[in-house]
Amino acid sequence: MSELKLMKGNEALAEAAIRAGVDAYFGYPITPQSEVIEHLMAERPEERTGMVVLQAESEIAAINMVYGAASTGKKAMTSSSSPGISLKLEGISYLAGAELPAVIVNVVRGGPGLGTIQPSQADYFQSVKGGGHGDFKLYVLAPASVQEMSDFVEDAFDIAFKYRAPVLILSDGLIGQMMEKVHLKDQQKRMTDEEVIEKYGSWAVTGKTDRERNIITSLDLDPEKMEVRVYKLLKKYDQMEKEDLRYEKISCDDAEYLFVAYGSSARIAQKAVSLARKKGIKAGLLRPITLFPYPKHQLFELADQVKGILSVELNTGQMVEDVQLAVQHKVPVEHFGRTGGIIHTPEEVLEALEDKVIINGCIGNHKTRESSIL
Amino acid sequence: MTEEIIIAGFGGQGVLSMGKILAYSGIMQDKEVSWMPSYGPEMRGGTANVTVILSDERISSPYLKMYDTAIILNQQSMDKFEKSVKPDGVLLYDPNGISHHPTRKDIKIYQIEGMKLAAEMGNKKIFNMVVLGAFLKIKPVIKLENVTDGLKKSLSERYHHLIPLNKEAIIKGLGSVSVYNVEEQAFHI
Repeated sequence: MSELKLMKGNEALAEAAIRAGVDAYFGYPITPQSEVIEHLMAERPEERTGMVVLQAESEIAAINMVYGAASTGKKAMTSSSSPGISLKLEGISYLAGAELPAVIVNVVRGGPGLGTIQPSQADYFQSVKGGGHGDFKLYVLAPASVQEMSDFVEDAFDIAFKYRAPVLILSDGLIGQMMEKVHLKDQQKRMTDEEVIEKYGSWAVTGKTDRERNIITSLDLDPEKMEVRVYKLLKKYDQMEKEDLRYEKISCDDAEYLFVAYGSSARIAQKAVSLARKKGIKAGLLRPITLFPYPKHQLFELADQVKGILSVELNTGQMVEDVQLAVQHKVPVEHFGRTGGIIHTPEEVLEALEDKVIINGCIGNHKTRESSIL
Repeated sequence: MTEEIIIAGFGGQGVLSMGKILAYSGIMQDKEVSWMPSYGPEMRGGTANVTVILSDERISSPYLKMYDTAIILNQQSMDKFEKSVKPDGVLLYDPNGISHHPTRKDIKIYQIEGMKLAAEMGNKKIFNMVVLGAFLKIKPVIKLENVTDGLKKSLSERYHHLIPLNKEAIIKGLGSVSVYNVEEQAFHI
């Protein structure tokens, strides 16, 4: 039986990590995600499962500890908020290059720079367009509730080990700080080295005895070989798109106008959908649950049905570029969002749909659906 | 049923814990709940507020512009949130420290002498429970037994001996609400 509790998103994520049998957490406190390490420290997981929880001397140390633990085939994770994630990017690129499974959590706050501690979604580009150097992508999960903060920990590790690739959980201050009810899963045991080999193959460095040598590195000075490595990564990303894309459609069946929003903005946009429908505007919401892979085919198809699309984000316009790419000028695509730690209200979101998409899109400056068909 | 509430006052008045107890009580009554705090530097001695939503349906936005009920515990919050009550909504406030009383005529205004009553009961910390009782009198959305269960769930066990006192405070609040008449600028029990 699952346990029902009222928890903050950050606490639910930390508790889920213990229950999912994660081997190690390395982190460094930063608002608005400090409850993750606080909960982990208070719960003494070393006594519950033997999980290691360590406050590193810096974010950079923490991500490199994750690299070390992941190299040995252990489930290792770290969490931080925007400025801390910037510090971790070098390590994240190395994880991708060395094909290591790991989970990184970003509870986003307003930026750039030290910015503010309030919620934001301004790290979208950083999360889905690489962030770190080199030809790589992260599998990015965007939770929109406390329940998903909990559920996505196990999902993220499943993906990370399936592909031997780092996975990012992209949350924000709103989802991290709010409390909702959450059904916590039962405690799972941590996996042994043998179980990891049986399930995912022998690739980790566990102390060679009677097998071929396993090597973990992201360095290959031979460009011919390096290109092969990069194409191997690319193949994984293609497979992610085919097998592990996740999204949710809300009130899309008869929708004439579409919101696209993830995470906290999806919650706010969902309320805007019901406000719109009360006014007789048939609005729907497409919520990408994975930001990479992105539901571009679903958007391409929805563009045949709707008259206009509004991308709702807590930033000045980042995901809207991916929406535009997916829609390929079939219908007008606009952006609305507050930034710097301000959260838009459902009323503001609906007003933006009316001003930017319904009025503007149908009469004036934009190519309408009809004219694009002609 | 959906009840959208903002509770706003000074940090340290028990604004966030009152919201948490209300949310946990909602869970005890099989409601969907959300609890969204303002967090950050403004909480240290400054204003603190929390949005609590109780609903029979899945809750969409945890962050709102307008509320069914505003529970206001200081002047700054009155200035900020009086205008955020939906027409026909409820504004409940403690007049302690309030110099500018609410003036809207399209909402229902109630008063609870929370701080005074808590002081009379000998423990100022139960002030927030007096106010919670007043809210439950105006909007009986949660049954008292579920609030008791919510208290048990949200207080750590070393404070469980205080549950009877908290319950007493809630009952005190239930019986001490008065209606504020904007026209007469006066209270009616």
